[in-house]
Amino acid sequence: MSAVDLTQFHKTFFEESQEGLDAMESALLALDSGSTDTELVHTIFRSAHSIKGGAATFGFVDVAAFTHVAESLLEEVRSGRRPVEPPLVDVLLRSVDCLRVMLRRSSAGQPVADAESEELRAELASLVSGQDEGVQPPPAESVSTSAGWRIDFAALPHLLQTGNDPLRLFRELQQLGQLDVIRAFIVDGAPATLAEVDPTLCYLGWELHLQGAASRSDLDAVFDWLDGDCVLEIHPLSTGGSAETENVSSSSPVATDPSRRDASPPGIVKVATDIPAAVRETPIAPAEGSSIRVDIDKIDALINMMGELVITQSMLSEIGENFQQSQLEVLREGLVQLERNTRELQESVMRIRMLPIASIFNRFPRLVRDLERKLGKQVKLELQGEHTELDKTVLEKIGDPLVHLVRNAIDHGLESPSRRKAVGKSETGTLKLNAYHEGSNIVVQISDDGAGLNRDAITAKALQNGLISSGQELSDAEVADLIFQPGFSTAAQATDLSGRGVGMDVVRRNVRDLGGSVSVRSVSGKGSTFTIALPLTLAIVDGLVTAVGGERYIVPLISIVESLRLKASDVRKVAGGGEVFHFRDAYLPIMRLHRSFACHEAVMDIERGIVVVVEEDGRRVGLLVDDLLGQQQAVVKSLEAHYRRVQGISGATILSDGSVALIVDVGGVVHMGRQSKAA
Amino acid sequence: MYESNQSTALKLQQLTFSLAGEEYGVDILAVREIRGWSRVTRIPQTPDYLLGVLNLRGAIVPIMDLRMRFGLDRESYGESTVVIVIAVEERLFGIVVDSVSDVVDIDHAAIKPVPDMGVVVDTRYLKGLATHVERMVMLLDVEKLMRPEDVETLDAVLPSVEEVEIAA
Repeated sequence: MSAVDLTQFHKTFFEESQEGLDAMESALLALDSGSTDTELVHTIFRSAHSIKGGAATFGFVDVAAFTHVAESLLEEVRSGRRPVEPPLVDVLLRSVDCLRVMLRRSSAGQPVADAESEELRAELASLVSGQDEGVQPPPAESVSTSAGWRIDFAALPHLLQTGNDPLRLFRELQQLGQLDVIRAFIVDGAPATLAEVDPTLCYLGWELHLQGAASRSDLDAVFDWLDGDCVLEIHPLSTGGSAETENVSSSSPVATDPSRRDASPPGIVKVATDIPAAVRETPIAPAEGSSIRVDIDKIDALINMMGELVITQSMLSEIGENFQQSQLEVLREGLVQLERNTRELQESVMRIRMLPIASIFNRFPRLVRDLERKLGKQVKLELQGEHTELDKTVLEKIGDPLVHLVRNAIDHGLESPSRRKAVGKSETGTLKLNAYHEGSNIVVQISDDGAGLNRDAITAKALQNGLISSGQELSDAEVADLIFQPGFSTAAQATDLSGRGVGMDVVRRNVRDLGGSVSVRSVSGKGSTFTIALPLTLAIVDGLVTAVGGERYIVPLISIVESLRLKASDVRKVAGGGEVFHFRDAYLPIMRLHRSFACHEAVMDIERGIVVVVEEDGRRVGLLVDDLLGQQQAVVKSLEAHYRRVQGISGATILSDGSVALIVDVGGVVHMGRQSKAA
Repeated sequence: MYESNQSTALKLQQLTFSLAGEEYGVDILAVREIRGWSRVTRIPQTPDYLLGVLNLRGAIVPIMDLRMRFGLDRESYGESTVVIVIAVEERLFGIVVDSVSDVVDIDHAAIKPVPDMGVVVDTRYLKGLATHVERMVMLLDVEKLMRPEDVETLDAVLPSVEEVEIAA
């Protein structure tokens, strides 16, 4: 009947289902922590219902079957027949996890149900108290009769505009039993002639007979979303049911209309970002979403700015058409305006990619709850700055490192309740996550009030692993740095959570791949704080333009400590020909960029060049360049798009004269320097 | 209208250019643009024939000197020196040639295999030889010319910057 290819909606379904599951999870956690808000139960129910409906529509039978059982259980909770108790929340949380796995498998086209999901489904089913028997919800007896139901269903004109589709409804009804359309009719008030028909409105009504064992609540669930969008009468078939007519159109004890919209708030539109054609063609969506939800305000701001830009452009072209010397001042003004417009436009466009960090922070209440149980610790989680926004790409990649840090903080950082009591702390430990802006960086802090880093244990372990040699005097910072070394793990007993020796080094590498840094500050007995600093966006870098032998290289400002001119007498040669100079109580090696990059005609004389001191991983190096040309925001372009990765270069950018300048990868250059020394 | 296509299906349109007095051809469907020589930005640690990168409407495109790629002496660039921008799948690169000659139809059947020249001449980047109006045209294999792994193997053969430093 329908020629529409449903697979095109699969991606949306999976995205919305994931959001639904997230909503379920956070509502369940809120219930778990003692909230009695009935709206929470409704939220959970609605999410489950949407997933079930969608899964059934798109033919994911196993998901639909699973959700159906979960929904039946939730229905009991919603109608107040079943109290919210920890074991129930537990089983529902497990169901959420299970559904996540099932949806992931569905989207990858793998078989969905497995022994685990079937077991959980059976557990849920056993909880649902005998489905229909003995259930007595008001207002009337709704025990299903074998005969079935007569449904008079007339759409209100705006039904289609709310996103409802009678066809989907009929399909859902078909799943409950045998559905016969007795009569389809045109409602009163429909236009008399075809010319007056508005295609966006629906003027149809149906009389339906549903044969089978479906209960009244099953039917209500189907029509849940249509509340306020239709005139509905449901009678048991056997009785003819004139007495039990219930008009649901205006008031219903069940769901309210705005609830439908909770799932996707108004004012949010979806903008597909640039995805390769190959990805678009495959119906299976990759795990990392390739679309982004953008607040409509941001788009409006963009359109406003576009308008201003057009006005400035027309003003300038008018001046240009008939230019007189006297208009010079006007031209200058116009150019200033153009610059402002362009800058604002750039900011707004960048803002589209910015998403609040809440999407990651929201994972943590669940994680913390699970860890608390597993490790027998008591943790109070405090989240701050959830609304801080950062680039989508950065956001996607920072999730795993943060999860690892939180796990570590609870596993290694916080002490057990008895131990905390013994040292005079409150039994419940506090874990604080905070995100905030600092300059053109975003900072995420994870702090706990646990035992802090154990200096002795760390040095002992490092000795054992050969990371340091005995007798080596280490500063606090150096000790802290040890935990980021590959192959380092202090947990005396490795748990399955952390302490497998992979971890902190991976965290650091991930953060560094994003152009950020991670550091730790710890006070023994008071706790430790991990600080991750990330660039706001990967697309633009603030850089210092330097000249080296006719070429221009951009050094990212974030890694620059200072630029200075040296005297020949400041430079010392060390054995092997390396050059060092004295800088703030330390001797730093000099790397001649013209040598690393094999540039010709560069300044060889250190006195005539300039040394830019850069820092990477706490290591400082002086880069010798010919000259400093100025500071510039560089839009990062990949060299790999058409060529390949080049060591010491993180990308390229286009300068105002249209020529290309390369961006220096400070970490790579420092590494190159060490390599050549080792060789 | 499809008939005419079919009759030309066996013909390959080639853009011909001259390089050190010889004529080469490149599949016109792979050519994106022909432009005059302009200064490029050198990239460190790359083989000599890779002159650098160019800003082509916002894309950073590598440019190679075909003479040097074929082991010929580099000529100084003049007014007729052109860069042919070629696309292989999604990747763009430019080749510097002496001058562009013509667009010619070459009969598929007229393409002859490249004879084995031994180690003296590098024939890796040629697809075949064809005759057009009594002249021999060497057909370039653009995929091979810019295949990344090929670049890597060449890099492995060439001494790296660090080694040069140590030797110096």
